[in-house]
Amino acid sequence: MKTVKAAFKASIPIMAGYIFLGIAFGVLLSKENYNFLWALGMSIFIYAGSMQMVAVSLLAGQNDLLTVALTTLTVNARHIFYGIAMLSRFKNMGKYKPYMIFSLTDETFSLLCSVKVPKDVDERKFKFFISLFDQCYWIIGCVVGNILGSNLPFSFKGIDFVMTAFFTVVAVEQWLGAKKHSPHLVGLFAAVFCLFIFGKDKFLIPAMLLIAFLLIVMKKPIEGSPSLLKEDDLNE
Amino acid sequence: MNSIYSLAIVTVIAVMTFVTRALPFAVFSRIKVPRPIEYLGKFLPYAVTTMLVVYCLKDVDFLSGSYGIPELVSIFATILIHLWKRNTILSIFSGTILYMVIVNFI
Repeated sequence: MKTVKAAFKASIPIMAGYIFLGIAFGVLLSKENYNFLWALGMSIFIYAGSMQMVAVSLLAGQNDLLTVALTTLTVNARHIFYGIAMLSRFKNMGKYKPYMIFSLTDETFSLLCSVKVPKDVDERKFKFFISLFDQCYWIIGCVVGNILGSNLPFSFKGIDFVMTAFFTVVAVEQWLGAKKHSPHLVGLFAAVFCLFIFGKDKFLIPAMLLIAFLLIVMKKPIEGSPSLLKEDDLNE
Repeated sequence: MNSIYSLAIVTVIAVMTFVTRALPFAVFSRIKVPRPIEYLGKFLPYAVTTMLVVYCLKDVDFLSGSYGIPELVSIFATILIHLWKRNTILSIFSGTILYMVIVNFI
């Protein structure tokens, strides 16, 4: 129970974001005349924020399945990075591992990478419940938004900034916790550079490739001597 | 809308999404993780987080309209509040409320 409580507390930063973004998705889906069962099914089985938004237009256009598959691969290619980062972190997740992999969204990934596990809790259970709570928030948002449709009680304009603020805070925490800051700057630089060159619809994959390239080129200065690494890095 | 075909679309999206998430685990379940991949795994979380901040801002038009000022001001405020109190929830909510106030009332 203590573990579940701690996980709930750790998942709160995601709560508002997922509920409101879920609502935005639900509203969008209801405009295409898909009822709450669709919102429920999609949030349970797809569970990927930006992809579900794209899914609404794929559904609206009734696109062919090959296009659907390729679009999904392109939009979600960044997940491959999360998997690579989690290879060692999920090694000991045991029976929870399949769900941890399935539920690895941008926000959950970011939270799991930065969260401090409280001393007296079961780490595996703690991380599993963080992931589970996150998905519950998302499901609630999607279904509520779909049922409300366009009858929203107040304006949500600007609420999507909650996710920007979340990643900003995680970035600040990671910055403060690391000795070397080149990886953070590499990510920032590569993303801005590729956004400028390739435009907003195509920049993510080039940015990821550039990040991987720069990190590998800068391996020596980033890794330094092992004794310079903080305990956190070594544990991971 | 054709329900059966829509169901096929949703299924394909769900399967392909899981494929992107499971791929690295599937590839490296039998073979040992190569050193460069292990190294990337260690430092990617840092680079990816700053990339995701930019990703959140991809639809902002910095050349016209409000020139991205509400976003940059709110991000800066979020950082300052976080450095001051180191309270994640406080930082996220105050940054978001500030942003909502700016875009709705100014």
